Parts: sequence; structure tokens; C-alpha cells
Amino acid sequence: MSVLVFAENWDGAFKKGTFEAVTYAHETAKSLGLSTVAVTIGNLSQDAAQLGKYGADKVISISNSMDACDNQAMASALKEVAEQEKAQLIVVSNSNTGKSIIPRLAIKLDAALIANVIEVPSSNNPLTVKKKAFSGKALEIAQAQNDRCILAVAPNSFHITEIENSATIESFDANPTNTNVSSTNIEKATGKITLAEADIVVSAGRGLKGPENWDMVEELADLLGAGTACSKPVSDIGWRPHGEHVGQTGKAVAPNLYIAIGISGAIQHLAGVNSSKVMVAINTDPEAPFFKAADYGIVGDAFEVVPKLIEEIRSFKSSN
Amino acid sequence: MKILVCISNVPDTTSAINFTSNNTEFDTNGIQFVINPYDEFGLTKAIKLRDHHGGTVTVAHVGSASNEPTLRKALAIGADDAIRIDAAASDSFFVAKELAHIAQGYDLIICGRESIDYNGGAVPGMMAELLSLDFINACTGLSIEGSTATAEREIEGGKEHLSANLPLIIAGQKGLVEEADLLIPNMRGIMTARTKPLNVLAAQSSEHKTTSISFEKPAAKASCKMIEAGNEKELVALLHQEAKVI
Repeated sequence: MSVLVFAENWDGAFKKGTFEAVTYAHETAKSLGLSTVAVTIGNLSQDAAQLGKYGADKVISISNSMDACDNQAMASALKEVAEQEKAQLIVVSNSNTGKSIIPRLAIKLDAALIANVIEVPSSNNPLTVKKKAFSGKALEIAQAQNDRCILAVAPNSFHITEIENSATIESFDANPTNTNVSSTNIEKATGKITLAEADIVVSAGRGLKGPENWDMVEELADLLGAGTACSKPVSDIGWRPHGEHVGQTGKAVAPNLYIAIGISGAIQHLAGVNSSKVMVAINTDPEAPFFKAADYGIVGDAFEVVPKLIEEIRSFKSSN
Repeated sequence: MKILVCISNVPDTTSAINFTSNNTEFDTNGIQFVINPYDEFGLTKAIKLRDHHGGTVTVAHVGSASNEPTLRKALAIGADDAIRIDAAASDSFFVAKELAHIAQGYDLIICGRESIDYNGGAVPGMMAELLSLDFINACTGLSIEGSTATAEREIEGGKEHLSANLPLIIAGQKGLVEEADLLIPNMRGIMTARTKPLNVLAAQSSEHKTTSISFEKPAAKASCKMIEAGNEKELVALLHQEAKVI
């Protein structure tokens, strides 16, 4: 028996969420006394053996190339590997791709599925684990009824650890079931840090008064190596793309640092960001609810505070 | 075109979330329930597709009789009929299986990407597998021409354009329609909704695969440290030395 982890790659490269999932799988496998088997799909531009550092004992490399939109092919290939490896537990990152595959995989394997988990299981029999619920407004302790279970790890909620370990690599030829869904074009925001994996997020709201004023937000984000986000009203008016909307009905983020500029901090917005480790609020209104949730706050005009903050960070960066 | 829209009944987004019975149950006291926001985009999209191509829009829901106002609202917005499976939605697997049972014969099934209460996001994908249908998750755009669908979905750091064939199941979100285009019930809609069919069916099984044991609220933050505007240097120092995040 084993713990299987889907080591997702984007255009051949692993990202932070992959290493989080592998670390999570390894920690859980240790407590179950099982080995950790990572699975990759498609061609990699990186060495798969590096997954050993995060605790994978073996990497199974599925050589078939599959479109990331083909959740059918990916789920059926993972099922084949899960059965070969007698996987008791299957771990994935709760990414867009992960979320598209695991419901199918759960049905194929007759497994329980628990998504958005933030800690390793507190008990293995029956499997009991803490997850996010109510879009970040609460946490839930959930229990699996089946022996076999799939866990999807919420991004940025589980600490990556590196160990002394090397992984063996095996190739696997899957017989995937394909779908009629095909990709015709991919539009990637180039050079940008995706929100899901950003360690720092700079976010702005209606306080910025118009889309033409986002230059300073982007400048601050570039300086910090941060992703950019926005509040719901800003995406609803079309000042910023939908993909940047964080909050209860947008994306949930959990960076180390979340900087909110001109965002009042409505309960719906806070739900999507309150897992951030440190939050900074910048707002003209001293009564803005965000100041009750933030760790650091500045009451002031964003058009004065942000340029000064950029200047200070620039001088901090040049002296550190 | 026959379209099925699956909807959840969830606490309004402004709700403060609390628990009762020793933190084992969600406290519904004072809570206003609404159509899950992700499903609302799907419902409006379904009605627009029907108005353009002809056909019907059926809404389906797994839940108790107390959730019927949410279904009546969907009918008032413009759905033609509703199905309620009379059972508590115990987990994603249970809901997916019950919905799959009544979802045969539709050209298009639209669900929300996830519900804003339990956020499992698993029901549409499970239905796809149970019904052997093609599935597009995190769908942000859809158009139909004959039996061909052109869709857009959100991917990590961008979007992907897709083509697919009907029948199809999608899990949608904002972008299917814009926020400003969401349909709201008018008086005529509310009146006609009262006489539209709302069929109540018994659940087929009680099988579920996960159980909710208890709930917690995230730990409250310590008080916010305020820094004078003009003293941004201090904020940078605090973020570096105290918070250690830059």
C-alpha cells in the first residue's frame, strides 16, 4: 500500500503547490507507515527526481501527453496508477487542474473526497482532517467513511520541508479515456506571478478611483515579487480582470503578506483573504472594517501612501 | 435545447457564520438563504441560451422543503420547471448521485464551480463521471452553435479557449454572464413562478462518503498596529523585522 501524490506540472515545470502536496503526502505516509509515490503526467522540463527532496520515494512518470483540460484522460490515468500502487490515500493540490480531476477520480476509485485540507490528518482510522469551509469564514473537521480517500491540499496552507532523500523513477504507459473537449488556444498572463502561488499579494479596491491608477499597484507588486488582486466591485465594474477578484465569490488566497489598498474590508472580501499570515490595510477611512482584521494599518490617502511605500521598499531592497 | 441547472441553497454572502450544538451544526438563526452565487451566473446563462435557441430550463436541487423559496426564485427569474430531491445534502457524493439520477437526457448541464458553504467543488465533476459526460470546470464563457460548444475556462495564470460537443456538463462562475447582466425576478416572473411545476422526488439512496464532525472559527487577529501616514519607513521595518515577511 502507498500514499499517491499527483505532482502537477505547468508547461513541464513543477510549482510551489506541487511541492506542498508532495510534502503533505510524505508527512501523512510517515504516520501511516507507507511509502510515498509521486505521479507526473506528460513531458517535464525539470528533473522528476527532485520530488525526492520533498519526500517522494518513487516517481511514476506517465509519458502520455495530455491536455490539461482533459480531466477524463488524467483521471483515468491516475486511476490506473492508483490501482497498481494500491494507493490508500491520494493527495493533490487544490489547483484548477486538481479540482477538475479529483471528482472523477473519486467516483472511479469509489473513494471519499475531502478538498481544501489545511493540516495532515489528525487521525488515520477513520481518516479525520481539518479543511476550510464557508469560503474561509470557518474550518471544518471532516471524516472519510471509505478506506480509500482523496485529499486536496489548499494552496499556501502547508509548509514545504526538504529532506535528504532520493526518488527512483519509473515510466508508465497509461491507456487513458479521452474526451471530446479540446483546447484551441491558451492566453497566459506573461511574466505575472499567479495568485494561487504568490507569497505576497498586493490588492486594491474602489479607493483607487479608476483603472488608470493601477500603475502604482503593479509597481509595488513588481518590487515585492507579488501577485496583484482586486476587490469584487473593481472586477464587477471591469477595472480589472475577473481572475484577480479575491473574496468569498472569487479566489481565496493565503499568502504570507496581503496588502489591501483602498479596500474597506467587507465580510465577503475578508473571507477570501483571512488565511493570509500578515495583512496590511491602507485606507482613508479610519473606521474601515479592514483595520479590525489587519495586522498593520495606515490611515491615509493611497495616492500619497503607496508612492512613499514604493520608495521605502526600494531603498530597503537596495540596502538588503 | 434541454438545459438543467443545479443549484445550492447557501447563506447570503453577508452572513456571519456561527455554529450550535457544541460546534457540530451550522447556526441558521437569522440567516438569509440565497441561490449559490456561482449557480446564479449559470442560471442566467441557461435562460439566455434558451431564449436564443429555444428549449427549456429545469432547475434541480437536493434539499428540504424549507429550501423551496430558493427554487421559486429560480422559477421567477425564468426557469421553466424545478425538481427538488427531498433529502438533506449530506455530502458531495450523495448530491452528485441524486442529481445524476434525474439528469439524463439533457443537452447541457450547468452547475456552479462550487457552493460557498462547503466549497467542495466536487458535485459537477462527479456528475460528469456518473453520467459519462464531458466536463469543463471553472468555466468563464460559453456559446453554443448546433451541437458544438465553444467555452473558456480559467487556468492557473490565464485562460484557455476550448471546443466541445453536447451533451456537456460545465461548472461555471462569473464570466458566463457578467455581474451586471444577472437576471433578477420581476413582478410577472414572481406571479408565474407560483404556478410553474415544482416536482418533489424521494432520494434514491442514503449513501455518502464523508461526514462533518465539527466546526471551528478561524482564530481572531490581535489588534491592528497603526502606523502614521508619512511614516511608511516604519511599516517596511516592521514587515521586515517583526512580521518577517519581506
